[in-house]
Amino acid sequence: MSTHRFAVNVTPKPGILDPQGRAVEGSLGHLGIDGVSAVRVGRRVELSVDAADAEVARAVVERLSSELLANPLIEAYAIEPIAGASSTVSEAR
Amino acid sequence: MPVRIGVVVFPGSNCDRDTLRALANAGAEPVALWHEQASLDGVAAVVLPGGFAYGDYLRAGVIARFSPVMRAVAAFAAAGGLVLGICNGFQVLAEAGLVPGALLRNRRVRFLGRDVLVAAQRLDTPFTHALAAAGRPLRMPIAHGEGCYFADDATLDDLERDDRVLFRYVDAEGEQAADEDREANPNGSLRAIAGVVAPGGNVAGLMPHPERAAESILGSEDGAGIIRSLVDSAASAASRGSVAVGAASR
Repeated sequence: MSTHRFAVNVTPKPGILDPQGRAVEGSLGHLGIDGVSAVRVGRRVELSVDAADAEVARAVVERLSSELLANPLIEAYAIEPIAGASSTVSEAR
Repeated sequence: MPVRIGVVVFPGSNCDRDTLRALANAGAEPVALWHEQASLDGVAAVVLPGGFAYGDYLRAGVIARFSPVMRAVAAFAAAGGLVLGICNGFQVLAEAGLVPGALLRNRRVRFLGRDVLVAAQRLDTPFTHALAAAGRPLRMPIAHGEGCYFADDATLDDLERDDRVLFRYVDAEGEQAADEDREANPNGSLRAIAGVVAPGGNVAGLMPHPERAAESILGSEDGAGIIRSLVDSAASAASRGSVAVGAASR
């Protein structure tokens, strides 16, 4: 058993209206920034999985991403392994 | 004997009492169903009320979808049981895949608490049959941050072809709100859809709150017909014994 740490990036699917992204974009003028476009706001979820190996851990993340973290109708997700401070994580529990 | 209708209470539900009261006023025996219970206590219909179930964390309605009571509601719906989702309840039904589509953040991002006008698109459903046939728009409040109805074009076309759009946002003349009319369609719902019914015809969701517009003291009684429709339909279902509520709820 080992601990594996992942990040799941959930973003609105292409073509899905993203009013948050538009609001961010709209505020850039007030900052005096121009030339920025196509802002899309999503969320990033970081988590640790205890599993036999990395492959099993990733399968768990795949399942929870598609069933819970993202709504496949409107959101896409991408899973990336990240450096894990697994001991810190266990203490935090 | 009054028909028993369940109102699910999630942590964060805040329209459950209004809904219980509206159902009682319409002649039902309302029953609160706690989110952790796996049985529906033999009710003849279920309402998922408005609020912020589980704080609406992650996405509105998604955490609630995995609660024990929702497994029972899904089985009840599959067996033909009547289920109505109001506001947050609609979001829960959409997340659970019990009605098509999704509710996105309002187009102008802000939370909206105000009255809207909607028109029932069908008067032959368990949720609308008691509404007056004349097409006067119904005035009911909305109170949501994520009410922009979305589905892909194919799903929207299916909804229209099969006549499963239950309510639309309309202007003062009763005409479907134009795409950019943020007065009449404040959350920016596609094709001005405010409510839909699932393919089986027994599960429906809507964003406006009929239970908050069900008594004259509340400023509008326009929602009472929706509540009354549900109560009457549940009473007929119960007397027919058409829904195996006991079996479906376990």
